Formats: sequence, structure tokens, C-alpha cells
Amino acid sequence: MTTILTPELSARWDEPDSFTLAGYRRDGGYEALPRALAMAPDQVIQTLKDSVLRGRGGAMFPTGVKWGFIPQGDGKPHYLVVNADESEPGACKDMPTMLNNPQALIEGIIIASYAIRADQAFIYVRGEVLHVARRLLNAVAEARAAGYLGTNILGSGFDLEVVVHSGAGAYICGEETALLDSLEGFRGQPRLKPPFPAVAGLYACPTVVNNVETISSVPYILKYGAADFASVGTEKSKGFGLFSLSGHVTTPGQYEAPLGTTLRELLELAGGIRAGHRLKFWTPGGSSTSLFTEEQLDVPLDFEHVLAAGSQLGTRSIQLFDDTTCVVRVALRWAEFYQHESCGKCTPCREGSYWVVQLLRDLEHGKGSESDLAKLLDICDNITGRAFCALGDSIQPSVASSIKFFRDEYLEHLRQGGCPFDPAASTLFALESAR
Amino acid sequence: MALSDEARARLAPEAAEIISRYPRKRSALLPLLHLVQSEEGYVSQDGIAYCAEQLELTEADVTGVVSFYTMYKRKPVGEYHVGVCTTALCAVMGGDVILADLKEHLGVDVDEPTPDGKVSVEHVECNAACDYAPVMMVNWEFFDNRTPQSAREVVDALRSGAEVRPTRGAPHLCTWKQASRILAGYPDGQAAEGNTAGPATLAGLRIAKEQGWRPDDAGAPHAGAPQAGDAANGRSGGAR
Repeated sequence: MTTILTPELSARWDEPDSFTLAGYRRDGGYEALPRALAMAPDQVIQTLKDSVLRGRGGAMFPTGVKWGFIPQGDGKPHYLVVNADESEPGACKDMPTMLNNPQALIEGIIIASYAIRADQAFIYVRGEVLHVARRLLNAVAEARAAGYLGTNILGSGFDLEVVVHSGAGAYICGEETALLDSLEGFRGQPRLKPPFPAVAGLYACPTVVNNVETISSVPYILKYGAADFASVGTEKSKGFGLFSLSGHVTTPGQYEAPLGTTLRELLELAGGIRAGHRLKFWTPGGSSTSLFTEEQLDVPLDFEHVLAAGSQLGTRSIQLFDDTTCVVRVALRWAEFYQHESCGKCTPCREGSYWVVQLLRDLEHGKGSESDLAKLLDICDNITGRAFCALGDSIQPSVASSIKFFRDEYLEHLRQGGCPFDPAASTLFALESAR
Repeated sequence: MALSDEARARLAPEAAEIISRYPRKRSALLPLLHLVQSEEGYVSQDGIAYCAEQLELTEADVTGVVSFYTMYKRKPVGEYHVGVCTTALCAVMGGDVILADLKEHLGVDVDEPTPDGKVSVEHVECNAACDYAPVMMVNWEFFDNRTPQSAREVVDALRSGAEVRPTRGAPHLCTWKQASRILAGYPDGQAAEGNTAGPATLAGLRIAKEQGWRPDDAGAPHAGAPQAGDAANGRSGGAR
């Protein structure tokens, strides 16, 4: 059988000490660091460019290019900030990565900081997963004690300190400029771009903000070479990544596979949709991406193919919903999420999300009229592209695609004067009690 | 509640250490707020004044930050604060039923502690554990794949003082105040403990091991995405 899964970041997660420095080193951990430190920083950046690693936080921006934007010889401090604020509904890959293999992240941080000439890095981690905070603090302490952090790392003359900074509950802080404001001790609200963080980031100094999985992938590339990494994946989406399957699937979980793997392939491994049911709709990349249905089972899950098929790869957060699920309810709940998490800075997002929720709530209760669907789409159109940041735009894809694929289900709510679905049938325990 | 002189004196070296982590003082505000919450269980007006004083900010500045972030509480919550995820996927998988059931079972509203002060409940947004839906948190530790019954059992045990272990996380569930202290950067020595790789975490790895699949086998272009440009590439060979 063709190789479908390629565990690398997740390869040692089943070992009881996978999170320790000793466990990480046993299987070749920290072998990349001396190689990187023996290279010139610009060579490290070039290696990343050659690997075509693209940001794993959803935007898929080429990592090496981003590092290359940091001005050199500018006399200002440079910073690396790891975005560990994983909060996109459906996204659940960075938390297990940091729980079970935090040293890959630390090694990646050291290499990335060396490349961009930063002597201070921060891990901005969401506060709502306590054990991740423990594991990160422990990983930094272990790395420091071993001489991987601090002054004159491995005799290279390179110094680096890493601070673990716990957030306090705000999805918006996953947006890189809001994250920087939050890290500076303010309300986490996005900044106008440009200037981009590479020019004016933390404390208005050149800053690289990268996702956990992106930085954790760096040691592999330095160890095995850019060509090795770039030999996996598709033409423009190279390498492998974690695909997170959740919802009505027989075996939910983390599946590390080359970019370009299809949902049909992943579902076969995961035992398919839960017994007795059919796939109704799914998100390829979290709640901010347009819904797919069975029609898109064979779309290669890489940046280009998913975009061409009308959605976005995002964070590869595949949420699966079967035929017991009311799509209006799901669209409403995501809209409520975006309303709840709107930072309030700009009017389209703050007010628009409010009205989208009102309309969807009515529709789910069978109130309103067919013209409300047009109104919903109109409001969404007025948010998208007019909001201050990408979070505002995120409310539109699920609402618009749910109407596109399931217009009749919306209308059925109006015909019946309420939701035609039994919410109990879609729960996890409905299945268990039926056994 | 007042922050006593004794508490202020005790917190002083820690506050100074937190501030020293950052190139600029104000960056210490979030961890300082976690620290004062660890003292009082919530962020009181005294706590706000304390942070303002440490960072040379106004109380209004600090209040504006406190009100932005959902993890800072402005009044006491339970010793064990329960968060039920009710974002779309968890809601559909049972989170809605679990939250409603817990509120009824405990006879409390959101963020309102039980009369014994032991437990409070709130709804939380996606907690990054969708592969274990529906998910419940207690003091920010994972209780995976909940049912209304298993959720009730957890809160009943917490109220009776019985030992409760998270599904994934530290074996000894710490209190709300202790959790806030860890978030301020002062861990409790449990980092090396607890099972964190549940069945969903290991789902793909288990299959790959059964099949003997490794990243080095994947050099050929993927079957699902044939790409002309990739076909000749193959694996760089001998790298591993």
C-alpha cells in the first residue's frame, strides 16, 4: 500500500518521555542546531527558502521569505515570536505538538532566531491549556540547563533567551499584530498593515511571527536538507503537516501526512464516518474556511487545490459532520463564535457579526423569510474585505457556503417553523446509548 | 477583598522577576494579572491597583486590559472552574446538553460558584481539543469525550473532595488559584507527569507504525496529487 502517513513531528508521541530533552535527543534531536550554527545566518534563511516550507498557521506564506524580510544591520533589536495561540475552531494540532514534543519547537526557535539575528524570543501560548504551559516552561528550563539557551550557545557566540508568555483568553490574539499588542501588555487588537511585523513588530522592531508547527518543522529541514523536505508534497505545497480530523468520524485525531493528501485517503485510515451515517459537510481548514461536501473528497489538500475548489487549506482542521447535523445550527454557532471573539475595533466585524447572528438565530427557529438569505449574504459581503483584519472576514465563508450547498435546508426551517433535526441524534453519546 | 500588606510584600519579588523577563515593563501586565488572580482567585480592584503601581500605568489602563480577556474574572469563581466547550463542533457533539445539564445539576448560573465555593461553570470557546469532542475543562485541564453523566460525576467528585484526574494533563488537579500561578510562569512541579497522548493524539501514528510508514518513504509524488514537476524529484536519497 502506498505510504499515506508520514509521522515526523508526531513520530515519538507514543514514547512516555517524548516531551523531555533526553527523549528528544535519543532520536536525533538537537542534531540540526550545530549544523545551523556552523552556517552563516543568511545560509540558514536560504535553506528555508529552498525547502519551500510555508507557514503552517493557515496563511501558507513562505517561511524563508518572511525571515528574509528582516532588515539587517539596522541597529535595532530583532524578535522571534511563536504564535501558540491555537484557537481556530477545529484546530487542535499545536497543543498536542507542544505537549508531546516541545523540544522540536525550542530547537526550531534557536535556529530561527539565529537566522534573523534575534537574541530574544517569545512563545505566546493561549492560557487555556495548563499542561502546555507546564511543558513549555519545563522545555525552556531543560534546554537552558543543557546550554542550548543563554549565552554563547554551543560555543557559537550566539545568545538567546526564550520567554513563555501565557495569554488570557482571546481568539483575536492569534492574529499576528493583535498578538503583538497583547504581548506588549495591551488589549489584543490588530494593527494596520503595513508596516508588517518584519519592519515594525514587537516594540516597533523587526519581528518574525511564526506558528508552532512551522517552527517545529525547521530542525527537520536543517537536518535532512531542503531538497529532502521539498521532495514531499505537491508542486507548490511542500512537505508534510498535521491533518486534524474531528467530529463524526470513527477515529478522530492527528494524522501527519504529505500536503496534497485527500480526505478520502484520510477517512479510509480513520475508519470512515461513524457507523450508519454519511458525510454531509466538512471544513478543510477550520471554521473560517468554506464548507465542502462529499463532492470534494478527492481534492488534494494543499494550498492551491483547495483554493481552486472554493475553500482554503487553513490549518488543515478537518471538522466532519454527518447527516444528523443541522447545517443552519452549525453556521449559527460559528457566527456566534466570531461575534463573541470580535475585538470591537472595526465596525464591519463588530456590528456585522451581530446582525449575522440575529438573522441566523431566527432562521434556525424557523422565523423570517427567504429574503433573509439574501440579506445574510449581503451583510457578509459588506464585512469581507472591509474588516480591519482577517478575523472579521472569517465569518463569511461558512455562512455563504452553507447557503450555497444547503439552501433548501434553510427553507425547510421556514416551512416547518423550526429545526427539522433532532440535536440529540448528532451527539457522541447518542451513538453510545444506541449500542 | 483587599490585597493585604503581607501579600503585597510576598508578591513583590515575583512581580519584579516577571517584569525583568521583558525588554519593556508593560509586557509584564498579562502575567502580573495572572499572578494577582492566583492570590485572590479573581482580579479585584486592589489587584488592578497593584498591577498599575508595578508598571506605572493608570488603573483605567489596567482595567481596560482586564475586561478584554475572558480568563480574568472580576468576581470569585469556584475553587474548580469548569469550562464546557460549546463552539459549533463540541456543541453538536454534546456540549450544549452537557452545559445545560451541569447548570441545572449544580443549580448555578454561568461563573456563579456553588454555595460551598467548590465549583463554578462557564461556556468556553474552542479549546483546541476538537479530536476529543465534546470537551470539558477544569481549571484548564482536559476532560475529553464527555457525556452529561461523566461531566456530572466530575463535578460531584470535586464537591465531595474526592480525587479527580484529568483525561490528559497533570495527575493532581490544582486549584483555580494554583492554575493562575502557573500561567504567571511559576510551575508546580507536575510538568513531567500525566498522560498527554490520548487515543486521538496517537491515531495517525499508530496506523503508520502498523503499516511501517515513515517520512522517508514519501518522496514520490503523492497519489492524491500527481504533479508533473514533482515526478522526477523523488527523495534526495541517503539523507536518512
